[in-house]
Order: sequence, then structure tokens, then C-alpha cells
Amino acid sequence: MDWPFLLDVFHQLLSGLPLTLQLAALSLSVGFVLAVLVAAAVGSPFPPLRWVARAHVELFRGTPLLVQIFLIYYGLGQITPLRQSFLWPFLREPYWCAILALALNTSAYTAEIIRGAVQAVPAGEVEAARACGMSGFMLRRRIIWPIALRQGLPVYGSEAILMIKATSLASIITLTEVTGIAYKLISSTYRVLEIFVVTGAIYLTLTFLLSSALSLAERRLHAHHKPS
Amino acid sequence: MNLGIIELLGFGSQGWGGPLLKAAGVTLAAASCGFFLGSLLGICGASLKLARAGVLRTIGHFYTTVFRGVPEILVVYLFYFGGSVVLTNAMNSGGFPGFYSLPAFAIGVIAVGVVSGAYQTEAFRSAFLRLDRGQIEAGTACGMSKLLLLRRIIAPQTLRVALPALGNIWQSVLKETSLLSVIGLTELLRQAGTAAGSTRQPLLFYGAAAVMFLIIGRITGLILTRMENHLAKPWRR
Repeated sequence: MDWPFLLDVFHQLLSGLPLTLQLAALSLSVGFVLAVLVAAAVGSPFPPLRWVARAHVELFRGTPLLVQIFLIYYGLGQITPLRQSFLWPFLREPYWCAILALALNTSAYTAEIIRGAVQAVPAGEVEAARACGMSGFMLRRRIIWPIALRQGLPVYGSEAILMIKATSLASIITLTEVTGIAYKLISSTYRVLEIFVVTGAIYLTLTFLLSSALSLAERRLHAHHKPS
Repeated sequence: MNLGIIELLGFGSQGWGGPLLKAAGVTLAAASCGFFLGSLLGICGASLKLARAGVLRTIGHFYTTVFRGVPEILVVYLFYFGGSVVLTNAMNSGGFPGFYSLPAFAIGVIAVGVVSGAYQTEAFRSAFLRLDRGQIEAGTACGMSKLLLLRRIIAPQTLRVALPALGNIWQSVLKETSLLSVIGLTELLRQAGTAAGSTRQPLLFYGAAAVMFLIIGRITGLILTRMENHLAKPWRR
């Protein structure tokens, strides 16, 4: 075992960690907000809105993320009005293109998770709440959202883990996050296995930390089910 | 440069329809081979994870943890660069100097297979665990050997229960093959990239690739749903 080399690789990879975390955190939060809107649109009484939302979900779940990244990074520049708009300074940057692609991608999956979680709220609970005189926002805030959160959190957790892994594709449009650095190291040293092990360990640590945090949150949300 | 969309996507001398369709074939072939390899690995992995010996269980657990937790693109790099290092060393020590590398298709199939194998391990394992213990006991009581028990009782029922999960894994395998464009395999995405580069129409060609992925996913999804229904027939009430 060449420990000094492994340590050196580890240090170099760590310099890409902030970017990986940024990409994951930003795209997950933007994606979540979008997902709430999409889920609301899917359930809206206005048909055209419903169609657009369904198309969004189908499109982003049915095509590879890499195709979406390329469409945004290379394709958007072809639209002249967009190139002349105030958005162009952002959309020219691979960083914002990656975040936009990742956020749109996760929003489609998350919208389905939200829809499933809300549908899984037992009808009896909603009825009981209505019988108590709750409706509208209060019904959602007190009954539907808390129960849906409990149902949806484990599934959302695995989506978040998939997103951490998906940030690695940003390296293909020149961003030097953890995988981008790993690629440079591999292609310059050809010490494939060692670099794979160190890079893999970093990603496994990230996903382990995230899943631990989520199971802690789950336990707190289910605290009332515990025998006291 | 002022060709219409029809000419660009068509099958004429300046159209990219032919190459794109061929690339779609490569995508489908790579995904099918990778998925099949993944099924073999998944069955092995599930047997390991269900084994009595602790060592085997640890190996199985290690396999699924690593290949489900590491980005797929990293696994592609592992086999792409690792394969050429191993092959070059072997050839050089065998008296053939120079640099060698495996064909991109083979590497792609291995990488996609190993990753999907980790997911398929979980699908097969949980399907096996949902099997009714009484049926295995009944089979043994009827005097079935282990092999016969596997063929008549365990395999058909595990497959039926695992099929919906396998269908989801197939869809992600299909999309994962797009990563093989980075190691030079001329599948859909790479062919679309070439076309986009030479015609300066990225929106059109990446859009076309996206649509073709959607179509392949839809059609294969329909076939899988049919298979599910077919296998579920004996259980229908």
C-alpha cells in the first residue's frame, strides 16, 4: 500500500468536495421547490396545467440526465432571444447549466414522490379533520402535510442520495468537482484502483452521512409510535 | 447549412437518420447485454447475501454497498482505464509491447452490468424473502432435490415477484448507457453529439436523442408490463 500517494489523492479530491456539495444542495433545494409546483399542477383542476406538468415528469424521468445536461449546456445557446436576454450570463456558465439540469431532473422524480405521499394519506384522517371543521390551508398544514412527510421522507432520502451521485455528471461539462478531479488523476497516473477506492470512499461517506441524518429525522417524526 | 429539419433527420445523403437509428441499436444492444450480465451477477449476489456463511454474506453486502453508493460514471472509468492497464500489462509481460485497450462496447457492458447487478441483487433477494417458506417445505416433503426445487418452485415465483423491480432497473440501465458516450462508444448520445457538432444544431439532435430514449423506454416498458401480466396469470382470481 502506497499510503503517501493515497493521502495525496485524498487531499486533491477534497478540494472538489465543496463544489460537489454545492451542486447537490442547490439543485436539491431548487428541485424541491419546483417539485412542489409541479405536484400542485398535476393535481390542478385546470387541464392544460395538468398536461404540462405530466409532460414535464415524463420527459425528465424518461430521458438520461446526461442528455438533459447537454441539451441545456449546448442547446440553449442556439435560441437567439435567450442569448440576448439577461439570463445568458448565467446559462453560459457550466455551473448554472449543471444546477439547472440537476434541479429539473430531480423535480420530476420528487413531484412523483410528493404526489404518492399525499395520496397515501388515509382518507379517514382527512374526513375526520373535515368533520372537525378544518378545511383549506389548515387541513393541509395540520393533517395532510405532516402525514405525507412521514410517508415520503424515506423515498425522498433515496432520491437525495441518487442526486449526490448524479452531481458527478457535472464533470463532463468541465466542472472540477470530486469526480472531475478523480478523472484527471486517473488519466494522468493510470493508478486506477487506488484512485477509485479513495473517490468511492468519499461518495460512500457522503451517502452514509445523509442516510444517517434521514433515519434520525424519520425516528423523530415517528416518535409518537414508539412504546413509551 | 440551411437544410430543413426533415433533411437533417432524414435518411438522405445529408440526413443523420441512418446513423442515429444505428446508434439507437447500439444503445439497445449495450443495455440488453448489460442488463443480462447484471441479472447473472444479481442472482450470484442474492445467493451470497442469503448464504449461511458469514464471509459470503459480507462479500455480498460489500458488493451492493459499493456499487450502489458510487457514481456510475466512476465505475465506467474504473473498467475503462483499469481494463486497459490490466490488458497492457498482460500483453507486455507476454512479449507483446505496446498499449492495448478493450473495445468500448465490452467495457460498457461490464460497467453497466456490474452496477445493475448490485441493484438486481436487492430485487432478487427481497423477492426470495417474500416467498412462502411452506412451499419450500412442501417441495422438500414431496422429495424434490435442491435443483428441482429451485427450478419448479423458487425460480418461477421469485421472478414473478421481482419483475416490477427489474423493470425499473431496466429503465435506469437504458438511461445509464448514455454514460458510455464518454468512453467513445457510438451510442445514441455520442452520435447525436457528432451530428450536433457538424451541423451546429445541438438543440435538434440532442432533442432527437431524448425522444428516441423516450420511445425505447416506452416500448420496452410495455413489453415488460405484458410479461408481468403473463407471469401473474396463474395467481389471478
